[in-house]
Amino acid sequence: MSILTFKKGVHPPHRKHLTEHKPIEYLLPKQILVYPMIQHIGAPCEPIVKKGDRVLLGQKIGEAKGFVSAPIHSSVSGTVKDVAPVLHPNGSKILSVIVENDGLYEKAEGMEKREDYKNLSKDELIKIIQEAGIVGMGGAGFPTHVKLSPPPDKKIDSIIVNAAECEPFLTSDHRVLLEETQRVVDGLKIVLHMFPEAKGYIGIEDNKMDAVEAVKKVVKDEKNIEVKVLKTKYPQGAEKQLIYAITKREVPSGKLPADVGCIVQNVETMVAIERAVLRGRPLMRRIVTVTGGAITEPKNLNVRLGMSFRELIEACGGFKKEPAKIIAGGPMMGIAVFSIDIPVVKGTSAILCLTEEEAAIPEESNCIRCGKCVEACPMNLLPAALNSFALRNDLEQFEKLHGMDCIECGSCSFVCPAKRHLVQSFRTAKRTVIANRKKS
Amino acid sequence: MAEMKFTVSSSPHIRSNDTVKGIMRDVVIALLPAAAAGVYFFKIQALLVMIASVASCVLSEYVWQKLTKQKVTIGDYSAAVTGLLLAFNLPPTVPLWIPVVGGIFAIIIVKQFFGGLGQNFMNPALAARAFLLASWPVQMTSWAVDGVSSATPLGILKEGGTALPSLFDVFIGHVGGCIGETSALALIIGGLYLLYKRVISWRIPVTYIGTVFVLMGILGRHGFMSGNPVYEVFAGGLMLGAIFMATDYSTSPITPLGQIIMGIGCGLLTSIIRIYGGYPEGVSYSIIIMNLFVPIIDKYTAPKVFGEVK
Repeated sequence: MSILTFKKGVHPPHRKHLTEHKPIEYLLPKQILVYPMIQHIGAPCEPIVKKGDRVLLGQKIGEAKGFVSAPIHSSVSGTVKDVAPVLHPNGSKILSVIVENDGLYEKAEGMEKREDYKNLSKDELIKIIQEAGIVGMGGAGFPTHVKLSPPPDKKIDSIIVNAAECEPFLTSDHRVLLEETQRVVDGLKIVLHMFPEAKGYIGIEDNKMDAVEAVKKVVKDEKNIEVKVLKTKYPQGAEKQLIYAITKREVPSGKLPADVGCIVQNVETMVAIERAVLRGRPLMRRIVTVTGGAITEPKNLNVRLGMSFRELIEACGGFKKEPAKIIAGGPMMGIAVFSIDIPVVKGTSAILCLTEEEAAIPEESNCIRCGKCVEACPMNLLPAALNSFALRNDLEQFEKLHGMDCIECGSCSFVCPAKRHLVQSFRTAKRTVIANRKKS
Repeated sequence: MAEMKFTVSSSPHIRSNDTVKGIMRDVVIALLPAAAAGVYFFKIQALLVMIASVASCVLSEYVWQKLTKQKVTIGDYSAAVTGLLLAFNLPPTVPLWIPVVGGIFAIIIVKQFFGGLGQNFMNPALAARAFLLASWPVQMTSWAVDGVSSATPLGILKEGGTALPSLFDVFIGHVGGCIGETSALALIIGGLYLLYKRVISWRIPVTYIGTVFVLMGILGRHGFMSGNPVYEVFAGGLMLGAIFMATDYSTSPITPLGQIIMGIGCGLLTSIIRIYGGYPEGVSYSIIIMNLFVPIIDKYTAPKVFGEVK
C-alpha cells in the first residue's frame, strides 16, 4: 500500500489520544440557542423571523442573500427571544437570532425521507444542498453548493473527501468515519451522482488506520470510490496539499481546485449532504471535539448548532485546570476566543482548552536564518524573507516573493527556533494587499 | 464558573521545542571533539587560547549590549560558538592577547555593528582571523607540533617540500596547523552529530568538500591529474571550514539551491588559492568571499513556489 503525501510540512505532536477512542456522545441543548447570521464565507444572512415568533425544528430563520451564502435553520423548536448582535467565535458581534428552546423538537414541514436521489438531476440536488445551508465544515465554511457548481468548462474528474484531519487534538472527523461510515460514503455517492464522470477518493492520514479499514469495508463493492492513505503530516488536509497528494496535480497560483478537475469536501460535509438529500434535514448539527489539557473529561460531542461553548465544556466536566487559552478549532489554525459564551457555528470543529503551560507564547528573537521555515513551507515560499518584507511593510517585494500564495497553515511559525510570528505577519500583509487592491 | 480571562493571539497556538539556544548548544557539542583533539595535540596552550577567545567573545557581547542598552543575549551560546571557532582558527602558539583582540573584533565590529545574531553578513570568526592575519602575520603563521616548530602540511606542499606527514597523522590531526582544524576525524564526528540533529544539511559540506576533491585531483599541483585529492581534503582547514564555517546560518544562503552554489563556490575558490595563490591555504578567504555573494545567491535561487505560474 502506497502512502501519499505532499512536499515539506511539519510534524506537530498529535495529542489525539485524549479523544480518538471516545465514541460520539449526544448532547441535547439547554434553553437558549444563538444563531449568528454569518456562519459561512459570503454574504451574511437576513433574519426572516422576529421577536416572539414560534419556530420549528429545521425551520429556516436566516435567508441567504445571494448565491455565495447559505441559509440558517433553527435546530430546536421554540420562541424567538430576540434578534440582536451577539458575540461570535470570530471575535466580533454578529446579528443573531436567539431562540428559547421549548424542548418539544417539533419538526418543520418538509423534513421527510427520500430514497431515490438517483432520479434527481444535478440542479435539483444542488438546490437541496443550497436550501439545507450546507457549508464546508472543516472550518473555512465555504458554501457547498457553490463548490459543487464549477463553471461548465471545468471538467471535474475527482471528488475528494478530506478526511486527513491533520490538526493536532482534533478527532471529530475520525469518529464520524468510524461511527457514520455509511453516511459519509452515501454523501460521496450523491456527489458522484452529480458528477458521473468523476471518481471519488477518501483521503485519510495513516494515524487513523481503524478508520481506513472501516471505510474500505464499506466501499469494497464501489468501483468508483477509492480510499487513499495519506502520510500523517501537517498540513495534509490543506486543500492544495491534499489534491497534490492524491492526484499529483498542483493547483496553479490564484486558481481553484476545479481548475485541476477536483472538488474537495470535508467528512462532515458529506454527512450533511447525506442528511439533506436522504432525510430532508437542513444543517443543524455537528460533531465537536472538546479537548485540551484544561478539560476534565475530553469528549467528541454531537451537538446542535447554536449551543454555547459553555454548555459543551460543562458537559465535559468543566475545567480541571485553569484554561489560559480557548481555541475554536485546532491549535495550528484555530481562532483564540475571549469568552466561552459564544455559540457553536457550522465551522466549529473543536473547542480546545489549553492550560497556561500548553498555551505559552515564547518570546520572539532575531531570525538566525536557519532555514527551517524554508524546509517546512508546503507552498515552497521563503518565510524568513517574507517576514522581513512584511515587517518593513514592503508589500511590493512581499508580493514579488509570492507572499499572496501563503495558505496561512502556520508551519513556519511552528518550527521557527527564534519563535518569530511569521504567519501572523503574512496574514497582516495579505490583508493590507487585498485592501489596497480594493481601493485602487 | 467564575469570570475568566483568556489569552487571545494569532495562530499557531503551539510551537516546536526547537530553540536558538538549543541549536547553538548542539554546535558547541559538535565542536567538542575537535576541541579535545586540539588540547590533546597542542596541550595546555591550546586550552588557554580557547578560554581566552570564548571569554573575550562572550564578554564583548555582554559589555556591548549593556552599553547600548539592548537585551543581553549571551545566554543563546552564539557568542561562545564564535569564540570557539575563532580559537580553532588560531595557531596554538599565539600570545593570549591575540584571541582577546580577535574576539572583540568578531563580536563588536563584525556581529553587533550589523545588528547582532543573524544580521552579520560575514562570518565573525573568519573576519576576525583575516584581521589578525593582516595585522600580526608573524604570530599568526607560527606553527609547532609537540613543542617543535613545524610547517603545516599544506605549507610543505606549497613550498614543494618532501617531508610530508603521513595521511594518518593528517587525518587524526597530529600535524602543524590551527588549534581546531588539524583533526579531520574529530571534525567529521562533530559534523555527523550536526547532520543527525538536523542543525545543518549535507548541501554545503558535501558540495564544498566534493568540489575541492574533484578540482585538486584534476587540476593538481603539478599539472593535469597530478593531485592527491584524499590528502588534500583532510589537510588544512577544509573540514573545519566546510562543516562549521561555511554552514554558518547568518552568512550562508537560505535556499537549498543557494547552499549548493555556496558549497561549490567555496570549493572552487579554495582549490584555486591552494594551487595558484600566494597562501598555502584558502579556506577562510574563500568562505569570506562567498559570504559576500549570499544575498545575491538567495535572490536568484528562490525555489519554485507550489502552483507557480510563469
